[in-house]
Amino acid sequence: MTAIDDRHLVDVKKIRHLYGKAGGGGQLVLDDVDLTLFDNEIVGLLGRSGSGKSTLLRSIAGLIEPTAGEIEFPRPDGAPPTRVSMVFQSFALFPWLTVQQNVEVGLEAKRVPAEERRRRALAAIDLIGLDGFENAYPKELSGGMRQRVGLARALVVDPNILLMDEPFSALDVLTAETLRTDLLDLWCEGRMGIQSILMVTHNIEEAVLMCDRILVFSSNPGRIVAEIKVDLPQPRHRQNPAFRRLVDQIYARMTLRGSADDRRGDGLFPGMGIGMVLPRVSTNTLAGLMETVSTAPFNGQASLPDLAEALHYEADELFPVAETLQLLRFAEIEGGDLRLTAEARRYAEADVDARKRLFAQHLIAYVPLASHIRRVVDERASHQAPGRRFRDELEDLMPSEEADQTLKTVINWARYAEAFAYDEGADLFTLDDPS
Amino acid sequence: MVFLSGSRSGAQPIARLARGAAPSWADVVVVLLLAGTAVLIARGAGEMSASLAQLAVTPVTLDPARLPEYALLTTLRMFAALAASLLFTFTVATLAAKSRKAELLIVPALDILQSVPVLGFLTFTVTFFMGLFPGRQIGVECAAIFAIFTSQAWNMAFSFYQSLRTIPSDLDEVSRQFGFSPWRRFIRLELPFAMPGLVWNVMMSMSGGWFFVVASEAITVGKTTIALPGIGSWLSLAIARQDMRAVAVGVGAMAVVILLYDQLVFRPIVAWADKFRFEQTASQDRPGSWVYDLVRRTRWLRLAAAPLSWPGRLLSAIDWPAATLAPLRLGPKAARTFDALWIGLVTAAVATAVWLLWSFISRSLTWGDAATAFELGFATLARVVVLIALASLIWVPIGVWIGLRPAWAERLQPVAQFLAAFPANVLFPFMVVAIVSLRLDPNIWLSPLMVLGTQWYILFNVIAGASALPSDLKEAARVFGIRGWQWWRQVGLPGIFPYYVTGALTASGGSWNASIVAEAVTWGDMRLEAAGLGSFIANATAAGDHARVALGVAVMSIFVVTFNRVLWRPMYRFAERRLRLD
Repeated sequence: MTAIDDRHLVDVKKIRHLYGKAGGGGQLVLDDVDLTLFDNEIVGLLGRSGSGKSTLLRSIAGLIEPTAGEIEFPRPDGAPPTRVSMVFQSFALFPWLTVQQNVEVGLEAKRVPAEERRRRALAAIDLIGLDGFENAYPKELSGGMRQRVGLARALVVDPNILLMDEPFSALDVLTAETLRTDLLDLWCEGRMGIQSILMVTHNIEEAVLMCDRILVFSSNPGRIVAEIKVDLPQPRHRQNPAFRRLVDQIYARMTLRGSADDRRGDGLFPGMGIGMVLPRVSTNTLAGLMETVSTAPFNGQASLPDLAEALHYEADELFPVAETLQLLRFAEIEGGDLRLTAEARRYAEADVDARKRLFAQHLIAYVPLASHIRRVVDERASHQAPGRRFRDELEDLMPSEEADQTLKTVINWARYAEAFAYDEGADLFTLDDPS
Repeated sequence: MVFLSGSRSGAQPIARLARGAAPSWADVVVVLLLAGTAVLIARGAGEMSASLAQLAVTPVTLDPARLPEYALLTTLRMFAALAASLLFTFTVATLAAKSRKAELLIVPALDILQSVPVLGFLTFTVTFFMGLFPGRQIGVECAAIFAIFTSQAWNMAFSFYQSLRTIPSDLDEVSRQFGFSPWRRFIRLELPFAMPGLVWNVMMSMSGGWFFVVASEAITVGKTTIALPGIGSWLSLAIARQDMRAVAVGVGAMAVVILLYDQLVFRPIVAWADKFRFEQTASQDRPGSWVYDLVRRTRWLRLAAAPLSWPGRLLSAIDWPAATLAPLRLGPKAARTFDALWIGLVTAAVATAVWLLWSFISRSLTWGDAATAFELGFATLARVVVLIALASLIWVPIGVWIGLRPAWAERLQPVAQFLAAFPANVLFPFMVVAIVSLRLDPNIWLSPLMVLGTQWYILFNVIAGASALPSDLKEAARVFGIRGWQWWRQVGLPGIFPYYVTGALTASGGSWNASIVAEAVTWGDMRLEAAGLGSFIANATAAGDHARVALGVAVMSIFVVTFNRVLWRPMYRFAERRLRLD
């Protein structure tokens, strides 16, 4: 072993993970992922929902056993085994325990004597800025305070590695920023006693702000597509041009797939043809985005980071909307830029009926499932078809929750476009003839 | 009886019935297995009943001085049964939640058992337990406690099972990440999370239990009559002697006992359990209890109450060794063999059950008996339907009226819950006297007794539903001038519907059960009877005819289960799909 190898905290080797059935319907969420976590670094796992980054984090935490691959925690001879600890997006506090009891819970499980438990818990509470709240119940605290409890609970067991699963995404913008800053301060001053932090995020700016290294995940299946080193010194400032450049660069990296080489729309979303999993995006959002981009200051073309900022969207929220526009041929995405097509500009200027007609044309032409349903309903003498038929068809091609979501999405789009109608009570697709 | 889990302020429409419906084959399998078990118990009971003749029990007297003692004994029986139910809940429900194979049998079994008229089993269980402890009072005590247990356990187990299945995944992950031992997991996560639903169901179970304790303390099986010292026996003796004053005193004692246990036991527990409610926001109206506040505020009382929490402390301090056994990993082939073995076992059990049933029933019954039982079943069905409809017509408008007036709802909700807890069978004598003196037709006028105790479930559920109607909806209705029938159609009825279904389902299940005591009543030597399945079972019990009791109970179970599947379950699904307010 070389000296450098000794600094490895975690070695993840060729991890694959399959959710659901191994045969049909199973979904590959992680595909051949390698990762090494070194001593003294903050690593961010950045990706969109469904990219398997949470699965990877949970595999390292020992909560999930991956289908294949290995996770090792190399230790120098004689050192105690590596301890990992985790902070959850939803805080995961026991509502029936007080702040102090919540912090002590991990020590209690390790059978630490009561007196030492109390001492260590109070020290952690003090460190994280919760003094005075020891006897409060979680429901009495604000979101930011709750996440501090989550952090104290994770730190009190003296972990080597701190795992964080989108720790700030359930908080409002200001609270999240305060908590990030506090955490970075503690980290830079080395007061938490941890060796490394591995965090999952879908917020690009958060990753650039906090991490030394960012691993960008692709989705469906999850793979690491880029590793980006962040060399900016701490404290980092969002307005710094170098910071902005890095954010733009990561945006471009995350939208690379499904651009110039793959214009047909397939590949934007997982699945092919009618088996394409459609995201839950409302037609109002689509219309709103087209209107925003078509007017000043964007005038038909916008960089995604600017757009996200103008709309107060997270990247993760913006991507599915933008990609749905691309699927419907209302926009093209290239190098982190979104450019409206001529039809989209026409749409933005049209009145309600013309918009609906245009949307219907694109829906039938470019969304295979919509045209499939329309054709089946059209061909039947009764001009109606049971929803069961399509649901079964979709469930052969994708997991059932996704089938459900896809069908709901296409129903919503079709209702807006008046392409076909759906009666929920009877579970029946019909040809809605307005005349 | 059918009870559902819910919240402290009245039942909440938790769609137990709307959950992924259990496959129907499982129902059939479970019904057969349960019936087979019942036959086995009945046989055992029949063989052991020889020793009954020697049994001597201290006679019950109508001496008011002994009434407090009787009340205490009755209450003790209730709590003994409750302890047994809790034990059952923690073991069986945990098993169902942790093992998929056990779940496949246990869940439909609980579902059916809580719909089955357990009152009908009284005759089997009494003889069984008396045979178990020949010549000793403890046997009869056990039988009474077991009868109460059978009315309490199922819905508690169901609620606990449901809680275990819905433990939030993040808390589950925290527990696993910190390596909780199974015991610590139970104390720290599973029990607290299940607590609110469990407490509510314990309360519902106790309400149902009072009914059974009255029915099971004094029971006649064949030629043997056993009367355990207790309020139930007091009442039955008073009825036999046509002593109206004694009946009134007994009823009064009952009311006092229920009031006391509600104030001293359940209110404090509900107030305490509020901290286990899985909500991240502080609620506005916390349930209050003066006893709980008193204990918390007064130092010496707190010191006095401290020993109560010692067992809990002690339990949570125990360091049970963490399970060192890794879950058994079976290869696909071994797993398949194991599955086949399991299926084989279940199939064999079902076959045995069918054979047992057939040999048991065919020995003493003909197809004609079955036809009669079904015919009578339809008579009772007609009563249940008409009465639930009538009770709904009366209580839905009243409940909505009360529910829309928070001040009234706050005052009347506990009253409705108290009335639901009150065992209606103690009031039967008054009705009998009225029927006899006014020369009314028992076929019609005995019927209201069936809903006497169960109609309150409709009332307090509707009150809860109407109180839960969001104020913005009410305001919108007012702004747009929605009044009269349109208001009921579009605002009121859809808003309370899920709650109403919960209440009506509980009420109808309870009414079926009550029909066993309500369709055949006595007052001294007067005996009134309405033609129905309930009186069929009651008569067979009195005659010690095990085969007819079994037939009656089986037919009633079929009616209840079918009724639930055909009427209530679809209504639940509809409510779940279309009328959810959140």
